[in-house]
Amino acid sequence: MSEEEKILEEVTGADYKYGFTTDIESDTIPKGLNEDVVRLISSKKEEPEWLLNYRLKAFETWKKMEEPDWANIKYNKPNYQDIIYYAAPKQKKKLNSLDELDPEMKKTFDKLGISIDEQKKLAGVAVDFVMDSVSVATSFKDKLGELGIIFCSISEAVKEHPELVKKYIGTVVPTSDNFFSALNSAVFTDGSFCYIPKGVKCPMELSTYFRINQAGTGQFERTLLIADEGSYVSYLEGCTAPMRDENQLHAAVVELIAMDDAEIKYSTVQNWYPGDANGVGGVFNFVTKRGICHNRSKISWTQVETGSAVTWKYPSCILKGDNSIGEFYSVAVTNNYQQADTGTKMIHLGKNSKSTIISKGICAGKSEGSYRGLVKIQKSAENARNFSQCDSLLMGDKCGSHTFPYIEVKNKSAKIEHEATTSKIGEDQIFYCNQRGIGTEEAIALIVNGYCKDVLNQLPMEFAVEAQKLLAISLEGSVG
Amino acid sequence: MLKINNLKASIEGNKILTGINLDVKPGEVHAIMGPNGSGKSTLSSVIAGREEYEVEDGTIDFDGESIMDLSPEERAHKGIFLSFQYPIEIPGVSVSNFLKTSLNESRKAQGLEPMPAGDLLKMMREKMELLEIKKGFLSRSLNQGFSGGEKKRNEIFQMAMLEPKLAILDETDSGLDIDALRIVANGVNKLKSKDNATVLITHYQRLLDYIVPDFVHVLYNGRIVKSGTKDLAHELEEKGYDWIIKEAEQL
Ligand SMILES: Nc1ncnc2c1ncn2[C@@H]1O[C@H](COP(=O)(O)OP(=O)(O)OP(=O)(O)O)[C@@H](O)[C@H]1O
Ligand SMILES: [Mg+2]
Repeated sequence: MSEEEKILEEVTGADYKYGFTTDIESDTIPKGLNEDVVRLISSKKEEPEWLLNYRLKAFETWKKMEEPDWANIKYNKPNYQDIIYYAAPKQKKKLNSLDELDPEMKKTFDKLGISIDEQKKLAGVAVDFVMDSVSVATSFKDKLGELGIIFCSISEAVKEHPELVKKYIGTVVPTSDNFFSALNSAVFTDGSFCYIPKGVKCPMELSTYFRINQAGTGQFERTLLIADEGSYVSYLEGCTAPMRDENQLHAAVVELIAMDDAEIKYSTVQNWYPGDANGVGGVFNFVTKRGICHNRSKISWTQVETGSAVTWKYPSCILKGDNSIGEFYSVAVTNNYQQADTGTKMIHLGKNSKSTIISKGICAGKSEGSYRGLVKIQKSAENARNFSQCDSLLMGDKCGSHTFPYIEVKNKSAKIEHEATTSKIGEDQIFYCNQRGIGTEEAIALIVNGYCKDVLNQLPMEFAVEAQKLLAISLEGSVG
Repeated sequence: MLKINNLKASIEGNKILTGINLDVKPGEVHAIMGPNGSGKSTLSSVIAGREEYEVEDGTIDFDGESIMDLSPEERAHKGIFLSFQYPIEIPGVSVSNFLKTSLNESRKAQGLEPMPAGDLLKMMREKMELLEIKKGFLSRSLNQGFSGGEKKRNEIFQMAMLEPKLAILDETDSGLDIDALRIVANGVNKLKSKDNATVLITHYQRLLDYIVPDFVHVLYNGRIVKSGTKDLAHELEEKGYDWIIKEAEQL
């Protein structure tokens, strides 16, 4: 094992000690997934030998792992036997026109101010607009190509840039990292790849939305983003429009690599179908997102999460380089019966490494939201600094919010600050707004946006405006 | 403009207002005084439509129509403004954003387009000058970390922006320093016209030297037990409330 691998293993191996696991009987190991299926996926995608081996190894690892249980989320575990891994990749039902769209969904689209053309695209309506989008995406790609930026699907990258994929895949999130990352590594079929060459500042926000071949988001998505020395990129994932999917389980893996002096801003707005008001249906979103920062580099995760029935996600930074910076800005909304367990991990290895965590939870209805954060200062991290602020906002008294900060310090020079608050939207605040002519729904939106300001400010402008509207919509009818 | 008849209201089963009669005409200034806990703030909340209070009897008419079934924001849209005794903090929402939202919601209710940003800014500048408010104020979070006096001044700033028909100022003078009291009072006076009316709730006759009332009412135990002119305020300052309470209890 190389030095680097050892460090990685050490800092990532203990990921699950904060949850407890239960034994799964061997007969519950899913029939739906076996070695032949993995081989089939690989051969259908005409993959090179090394990738097949990577998948098989991951599959072997996964078989030995147990699906974790966590204290604060409860759900019926997916039946892996029921999942179709390749033969029938998620096919969104094609609609002939927007009239066939669920009226509720249409209403939300309208409220978000999404154009008719975009609505068609998002809803999977088969129209010429797709042609438009291809041409938009093509000109977009030409521009990037001139700068040497590679931005394509992960499958395309395997074919066109195998050396890059081979060099970096699994280096930040090892296959064995956790149950879902092992599963993803064995069966991923969709995802994005991005490489920014040395010294290049990517001139536009890279959005998965513009990527060709991107009709919907895959069930086991794999994203690999490499910012070479001195480069900069801002990457947007997801969209504010509600996404329905027949696939209940989503287990994505995102790996970010910021080389010396590079900066990556990774923004996510996720609005998966959360299930109906009674908690039926809805997507389970189990995501492993992690970035590694080399010397003087910076990774910023910003996320606005309003969707999914169950969310489990901790975008993390390994601050390996000296003077590296990790940031995590998060707004997580839960309503009705939603459950979210999110947070971050900041692993400090480099000298003078700095991290900032701003987490804003909003709970309404009968939902449960948890913040779980780990700040780990390793021995090598001389003069490391962390500032964490974890706030929760409760709406009504049937919801719950929980904060679990874990701090481990192995170097005495570390400076760590942690602040946490819990507040409620008061009737006083709402009446005050009402008295000034602002209706209750509007008042809640105003108060919530104010509460989330520090996070929303981190998003690219247009995304921030959409995210504000999204927050308002997610909380409609939750007070009064 | 505002006509209140035999208004009785309670909260959580406690009867607070026990039969209020009040008639405020355009152009008038009314002062309401009375001991702590007599129901002054309750009266203003009920006029503004706060739903926690239960109106058990009586009527409230505004501009000749009952407003009893209107929500607080609908009442605000009709031109009722309440300067809060204890203004509320809204973290992360700037004064300017709050005002913009407030103003544009009222315009929307009147079928008007949102005010163009340039006009809005110009208006804010004018009113800030009127009330001698410092520049950086607009970008601060609403009432968060404001001193007591700054909160009160901010209430009057909002009033100046919204140009209400009826302004109810609940102890706006408490917490203001001597200069601020003069500035705020001057502001209120400048905003007065023959078409709008002001209800001042106060404990101190000093305010009434600046804003001269047409009527002074004394509220006690949820009722107006005495009404008079400005002289009544002087009398109260001298003699306190005891004699009025005795008078009231004899009735
Ligand atoms: N939720 C409640 N339950 C019971 N009593 C209440 C409630 N809210 C207010 N009160 C009472 O109603 C009475 C009137 O209160 P109000 O705030 O209107 O008085 P005020 O005249 O404005 O007094 P101050 O001069 O101190 O501002 C007080 O005795 C107060 O304790
Ligand atoms: Mg009062």
